Order: sequence, then C-alpha cells, then structure tokens
Amino acid sequence: MILSLDSVSKSFGALKVADGVTFAVEKGEALGIIGPNGAGKSTLFNLITGNLLSSGGRITFEGRDVTRLPAMERVRMGVGRSFQIPQPFEGLTVFENLLTAATFGRGGREADMVEDCARILDETELLRKANAVAGSLSLLDRKRLELARAMATGPELLLLDEIAGGLTEAECTALVATIRGIHAQGTTIIWIEHVLHALTSVVERLLVLDFGRVIGIGAPDEIMASKEVREIYLGLEV
Amino acid sequence: MTTHTAYRLTTRTKAGTITGLVALALIALGFALPAFVSRSTIQDLFFILTMLALAQLWNLLAGYGGLVSVGQQAFVGIGAYAMFAAVILLGWNPVVAILAGGVAALLLAIPTAFFAFRLQGAYFAIGTWVIAEVTRLLVAQWKALGGGTGTSLPREATGNIMGVDLVRALFGVREAAARDILAYWLALVLAVAITGGIYWLLRNRLGLALAALRDNIDAAQSVGVDAVRLKWAVFMLAAAATGLVGGLVFMQTARISPGAAFAVTDWTAYVIFIVVIGGIGTIEGPIVGVIVFFLLRSALADYGSWYLLTLGLIAIAVMLFAPKGLWGLVSARTGLHLFPVRRRLSGPKIQGGT
Ligand SMILES: Nc1ncnc2c1ncn2[C@@H]1O[C@H](COP(=O)(O)OP(=O)(O)OP(=O)(O)O)[C@@H](O)[C@H]1O
Ligand SMILES: [Mg+2]
Repeated sequence: MILSLDSVSKSFGALKVADGVTFAVEKGEALGIIGPNGAGKSTLFNLITGNLLSSGGRITFEGRDVTRLPAMERVRMGVGRSFQIPQPFEGLTVFENLLTAATFGRGGREADMVEDCARILDETELLRKANAVAGSLSLLDRKRLELARAMATGPELLLLDEIAGGLTEAECTALVATIRGIHAQGTTIIWIEHVLHALTSVVERLLVLDFGRVIGIGAPDEIMASKEVREIYLGLEV
Repeated sequence: MTTHTAYRLTTRTKAGTITGLVALALIALGFALPAFVSRSTIQDLFFILTMLALAQLWNLLAGYGGLVSVGQQAFVGIGAYAMFAAVILLGWNPVVAILAGGVAALLLAIPTAFFAFRLQGAYFAIGTWVIAEVTRLLVAQWKALGGGTGTSLPREATGNIMGVDLVRALFGVREAAARDILAYWLALVLAVAITGGIYWLLRNRLGLALAALRDNIDAAQSVGVDAVRLKWAVFMLAAAATGLVGGLVFMQTARISPGAAFAVTDWTAYVIFIVVIGGIGTIEGPIVGVIVFFLLRSALADYGSWYLLTLGLIAIAVMLFAPKGLWGLVSARTGLHLFPVRRRLSGPKIQGGT
C-alpha cells in the first residue's frame, strides 16, 4: 500500500468538498477518479499533495503520516502532480521547468539531472521544444509539460488532473500512450479524467466521487454498471 | 530512442564571456582611477556605486524574490547608526565598523520578516515602511548618537581610518581626499561583490527556485521549492548587504541624522526608480538605471522640486510603455543578455541547438 486516506474531510465554509474520504492505493496500481464537475476531485488531489491541508482525517504515504506535511516535503517523498489548469513557470524554458522540478523534487545538482530531464522530454515529446520559453507553448504542449515536470520530480505516486481534457482525439491517444508507458515502468498513478475511454484504457480501478463522498470504488465495468453511478452520469458520456 | 548522455547543459554564451572580460578590465580601471581623476569625480562615482549596490539588492528582493519592500531605508539607517555606534561607543576603526552595520541590519531583518511576511502584496510594502519609520523614531531617541539632530564622526576616528595613510602616500593627496578615495574603493568592492554575488546566486540552483517562485508559487512548492525558506534567505541577505552599504555611505559623509539615514526618498524611492527604468528582474537593469539616474540628477540638479516631478513622470512613462525598462527594450530588440542565466539544453533533436 503506497497511499491511504482515512476519513479525510475538507470544507470551504459551509461547502463540504471532502466528506469522510477513505480509500487506499496499492504500489504500482493505476486508479482512475471520476465524478461530476465540482465533486471535489481536484480538491482531493490538493489534499493528497499538501497544497491544501485537510480539516480532518489521516493521510498516509509509504507508511508515513503526511497529513500535516507541506507540499514541498511530500513531493520530495515522491508525490508528484500535474495541475488541471497548466501552471508552467512561464518565464523559464521547458527544460528549465524540468530542471527545477528535478533538482528540488529529488534534491541534487543541476548537472546530475540533465540526462534524466532529456529522457523525460523525449518521452513526452517535448525534446524539440526544450529551449522554448514555457509561456509560449500551445495547450497540448502545456499539458505535456505538466506531465513532464511532474515526472522530473521522480515520483513514486503520480497524480494527473484532467491531463487529457481539451485535447483532440489524436493528441489524446498520444498522451495516453505516454502515460501507459510511465505506468508500465512501475509508477503508481491516480488519474482524474472526464474522457472515460482514455481513462479506462490505463486504469485498473475506478473511484467515483460525488459531493465530496466516495460512492463507489472497484473494477471499471462494475462501477459503470452500478445504478448510483449511472444516475450521476445520466446524460453524460458513458 | 536517443541516448541521453549526448545532452549538455550550457549557460555560457559569447556575450557573457565578453561581459566578464570587460567587467574585469573595468574593475581594474576602477581601482586605478583615483590616480587620474578629480576628487569630485571620485565622489560622483562613489554615489553611483553605492546606488548601484542598493539597486541590485532591491532588484533581488522585488524582481527575483517578489518581495516589494519600500522599507529598505531601515537597513541603510540601522547599518549607518551601528557603524557610528561602533566607532563612537566602542572605539572601532570606521572601516571595521561598517561590518557592524551589516550585522545590525541582519538582526533588524529578523523581526521585520516575522512581521512583514504575514502580510501580502501592498500590505507587505506598507509593513516594511512602517518598520522603517518605527526604527527611525527609536533611533532618534538614542542620545549618545545625537538623538533627533544626529552627530558627526569624531576627529580622532576620521583622521585615523584604516588605509588612509597608505592612500595619502600613494596619491599625494590631503586627508579628506584620501578618505574619499578609500570610501570609493570600498564602494567599488561592495558594488562588484553584490552584483557578482547575485549573478552567482542566479546561476546557482537557487536561481531556478527564485524564478519558479516568481512565476507560480503553488507550482514551485509542488516541485519541492521551499518558498518560505527562500524568501527568508533573500530578505536576510539583502538586508545585511544593505546595512553594509549604509555603513559605508555614512562613513564617507562622516555625519549622521535619523532624517538622512532613514530617508525613504534617498534609499528606497530613488532605488526603485533606478530598477524600474533600467529593467526589473535583470542584472543589467540596475546598471543601466543607475547611469540614467545619475545623468538626470546632474542635468536637473538646479531645478529643485521639478527634479522629483520629472523623475516621477519618467518612471510612469517607462512603466506604461516599457514595463521591462530600458534594458528590456534593448534585449527584446537584440536578444542580448550580458549576464546570461538561461540553462540551454543542447543535443540531438532540439530545435535551434544541436
Ligand atoms: N479554494 C477554494 N475556495 C472555495 N471553494 C473552492 C475552492 N476550491 C474549490 N472550491 C469549490 O469546491 C468544489 C469542488 O471543487 P473541485 O475543484 O475540487 O472540483 P472538481 O471535482 O475538480 O471539479 P472539475 O471537474 O470541474 O474540475 C467546487 O464547488 C469549487 O467551487
Ligand atoms: Mg478539477
């Protein structure tokens, strides 16, 4: 077990965005998270990464209680993440974005990270644009950069937040192949996605979130067959 | 798939190497200059170098660290007063006492950061200014150093500054002129060390962290950058160095008062002007800015309050039409970077870099 959440809660004022969330992720697993807009999926990621602190419950990563640890310490332990809305360091180049993530996420000298950053850039099809300023990138490349930068931190657990959203079919297929490759190398993945077919082509289990509550977790076909999930997704692409 | 050992990181550029060589030549020339130029030129250069040092430090804070302080006069002032205190109360040699200025500024920076770092944006700026004012009021109560009216360095101390005899022998000048030359040399050392030190910092991995922090603090923390520690480090460093400059400036004038040592116009407004017109967030910016500032000051010296008004209008015009300052215009046109910090990846398959 690499990650476990035990009754994790978070409220924004009167709004409960995480309500007794409990689940665990095995090492090497790929877990998908689905749920309607505003269900609290991104908030859940922020709680796992430490970008937000939970108001109740317990988060354990690699056997250590990380509930109160700040984001920068969790990433150093191996929790890497991408942002739903890409947040590149716009004034830095693509390569420098990765170099920053690698030197601080893992702790090391810049010179020792060059090879690895180049490999990740190659895998995410950004190598060609390594020296382009990140602020000048297209949406697809920004999404790739989110993935690449998260990879550069050397994650054991990789959290991907709607990395395929807004991409064309072909772009999406390419990105899915990259993610599958990362998963095949042994990285544990939790992936939030509305594009279901992309998600189910990678993940082994699905978790459904609604109003901050886990309303189902299990094999994708079982989850999609359940009545409760069908109700939530009625009228959405299934 | 390509092998990735073929990839290299380079920061060095031709322009950067040339800058380095020119800078070395200029520094050497700078040290020799007192042999050739008049005392008033030396005084002008002293002013330029100390303002350059302060501008580089403010640029480090605001341009790189995102810490827009308008209270740097607190550190100039406390540095100056600590220098005076070390001379008058402890009998230190003024040159050594400058170091006390740095230490005092560092000590003042700790509570300042505790207080101001709780504030965001404009409140941070106001907070730093409030601390500077409070410090000024407290120092004005210090009777041993002249209270509100201030005091001068005693004759025994100014006549006995370390190295002045050597300068007199070297250039055959009077004591007062020798003191100016010595102060000028120290200013040269400080300005070069501060500019060079900041440049070194930016090329170090801390430079990446600062740039990341400036662009996006959430993302920076999510890749392992310790934002809080970094801001503390930058603030402490800038404060200590500002204190040294303060000590040096008032060693040269040999006279101090709370109004002069804690002047918000001299030590913060002009400094911000220099950084903004030159170009914030670059090493070149403050260098260009201080030259423009000096020329304007000389040209407008006789026009009293028109001087401030003109500076203000120019600053507004630059902010509107060239938000990256004069150096920003030049580097956008030419692609020139005299102090390159970009880490370029070179190797197969990369656009514009084999
Ligand atoms: N910092 C915040 N302060 C107040 N409310 C917030 C904050 N962040 C999110 N919310 C609210 O919390 C709820 C859950 O937001 P969240 O972003 O986690 O949803 P989501 O499941 O990721 O949605 P989407 O599919 O649209 O990305 C939403 O109603 C949102 O408006
Ligand atoms: Mg979301």
